[in-house]
Amino acid sequence: MAQIKLLHAINSALDIAMADDKSTVCFGEDVGHFGGVFRATSGLQEKYGKARCFNTPLVEQGIIGFANGLAAQGSVAIAEIQFADYIFPAFDQIVNEAAKFRYRSGNEFNVGKLTIRSPYGGGIAGGLYHSQSPEAYFAHTPGLKVVIPRNPYQAKGLLLAAIRDDNPVIFFEPKRLYRASIGEVPEEDYQLPLGKAEVVQTGTDITLLAWGAQMEIIEKAAQMASNDGISCEVVDLRTILPWDVETISKSVMKTGRLLISQEAPLTAGFASEIAATIQSECFLHLESPIARVCGLDTPYPLALEKEYVSDHLKVYEAIIKSVNY
Amino acid sequence: MSTELYNDGPVVHQATFIDGSSVEIPELRILDQDGITYPNADLPDIDQALATKIYHSLAFHRVLDERMVASQRQGRLSFYMTALGEEATSVGGAAGLKPQDMIMMQYREQGALIYRGFDLKDLMNQLFSNAGDLGKGRQMPIHYGSKALNCMTVSSPLATQIPQATGYAYGQKLQGTDAVTICYFGEGAASEGDFHAGLNMAAVQEAPVIFFCRNNGYAISTPSDEQFKGNGIASRGVGYNIKTIRIDGNDILAVLKATQIARAYAVKESKPVLIEAMSYRLGAHSTSDDPSGYRTKEEEAKWQSHDPILRMKNWLIKQNWWDEAQETALFEKYREDVLAAVKVAEKVDKPHIDTMITDVYDVPSAQLQAQLDEVKVHVNKYPEAYPFTAGKF
Repeated sequence: MAQIKLLHAINSALDIAMADDKSTVCFGEDVGHFGGVFRATSGLQEKYGKARCFNTPLVEQGIIGFANGLAAQGSVAIAEIQFADYIFPAFDQIVNEAAKFRYRSGNEFNVGKLTIRSPYGGGIAGGLYHSQSPEAYFAHTPGLKVVIPRNPYQAKGLLLAAIRDDNPVIFFEPKRLYRASIGEVPEEDYQLPLGKAEVVQTGTDITLLAWGAQMEIIEKAAQMASNDGISCEVVDLRTILPWDVETISKSVMKTGRLLISQEAPLTAGFASEIAATIQSECFLHLESPIARVCGLDTPYPLALEKEYVSDHLKVYEAIIKSVNY
Repeated sequence: MSTELYNDGPVVHQATFIDGSSVEIPELRILDQDGITYPNADLPDIDQALATKIYHSLAFHRVLDERMVASQRQGRLSFYMTALGEEATSVGGAAGLKPQDMIMMQYREQGALIYRGFDLKDLMNQLFSNAGDLGKGRQMPIHYGSKALNCMTVSSPLATQIPQATGYAYGQKLQGTDAVTICYFGEGAASEGDFHAGLNMAAVQEAPVIFFCRNNGYAISTPSDEQFKGNGIASRGVGYNIKTIRIDGNDILAVLKATQIARAYAVKESKPVLIEAMSYRLGAHSTSDDPSGYRTKEEEAKWQSHDPILRMKNWLIKQNWWDEAQETALFEKYREDVLAAVKVAEKVDKPHIDTMITDVYDVPSAQLQAQLDEVKVHVNKYPEAYPFTAGKF
């Protein structure tokens, strides 16, 4: 198996999806010949032609509206929104259209063949408009699936599963890891399950839960805590919606403690939803309050990004606090 | 590529503005109100069978609207929207297409469904949101849709269907099918961002889509002169370099002609067309609206004299394809049919409680199943509070 970057794992998944099904179409701003501003679609136009991989005008609501129609027609539509910060003009097409297409028509029509890819998250000195983590907005919308991978292997397998899943899926890609995360990825076609969390490291004292780029943060904090003799169970949620309550509950019933780390602001972030459900599912097993390590309730900063974002030190401190509660 | 591609005007050395008056937009009219075709008019492709089918659809539409407004007033139906005075736009548009063409409606185009043969029972089941509704009783009345008839289910948010139509048509083109998509919307919806997104993308991506604007003068209470200052909607098509035609929307032959040539062009060139049909919303916006608060009886009377159905009837009679006896019999039959269908549909049960969680995803998740189970336990505990479902699962 070759060692490749997360970005190339995405590209490989798209390549396989386009080769596998001739109705697959990839499009978005600068997605065509240029291959996208991050190069995730590099080489696809050359390989599959301009009709199947192309630039769109600068209009996010149009990109997703077009994608909804294309998917409803029966084509496999893979739309790229250049930055998750710019997905909001398409909010109506995602929340009111894609998510409700099947329900409102009684399954006469659906957009199950729609996948929306978008780079999200901080760590690239992107300031408030190139760093956001908007997963919680979409997690509040029945009908959508929301998936976030943590490394190249996960990215390829989850993206292929997202493309072939018969529901509209938003696939947020941790852009800080595009070139920073390198790992072994099979060249062939494979899929990883949606809606399933993964226990990355077993432990007994506390469950650490995150997704995407926050995974390496909590893994690093777990390493620090282990030097203090604290055994952390590290879990990757992988799918934000619908999320794997069972795996998380099982882990928390074992460890008695839960810490959730996310880049997005604290209030009404997805960590809050997890905390509410887990306190209900695991109330009698909890040894300490569920901890949320999150961004502040401010826009994402530029100069003071390090102070703002959840890092391994903040997570480590929260582990100690939880264990000593 | 550069801006030289389209900058084909002369270079000048005095600063002058241009504006919309640079483009004069003609309006196609084939039939006058007395049912006489203009001498040099370019007639659509139509024979007696097609004309009869169109007229039957128009007549049925008029009767349906009358009966359903009456039902709403009697408290039998929660809500309804008529298309009074602009029936020719939806029926004529559908008649200019082929059955494999996708129709995306806004919400005042049930005429297209009627023309395609949507069953009266299906119409009623939707309006009464009962267990027989194809949409499973989830959307307000008039949100029809049918996969079998290639009529996309109506969605309340305005103009969202416009970029979707572009995408749908693009898929039809990619798959090399002899099919186009027609997309209906009003002049008010054309103010939404999705209108501009959809038209520009159709021009750029070269999608075989027919954008059909019903310019009926009003968006609920807002008249079109408070909606935009340009020359209607047609002028925008020119800006996007989309083939554009403005027609008299109350002239069924003009609607049919425009749709026929639009379809032929869209299929041959794989490019979009914009049709702006000038009409008037003679009825209220919906049964929840009262136009007397924002327009005059005189204005309405003027447009009543442009009734598209009467205009077609006059033409049919002149063709010797129709007479008053047939007219009376047809309207009477439709009134009886609709009334009978109302009586049946209003007695059909509401959808089964299990449909609360189906079609959210392809398969309901464990969480959704658990939520439904909780509701069922609750309904069983307080059955008198939930008469639609208590005792029925």
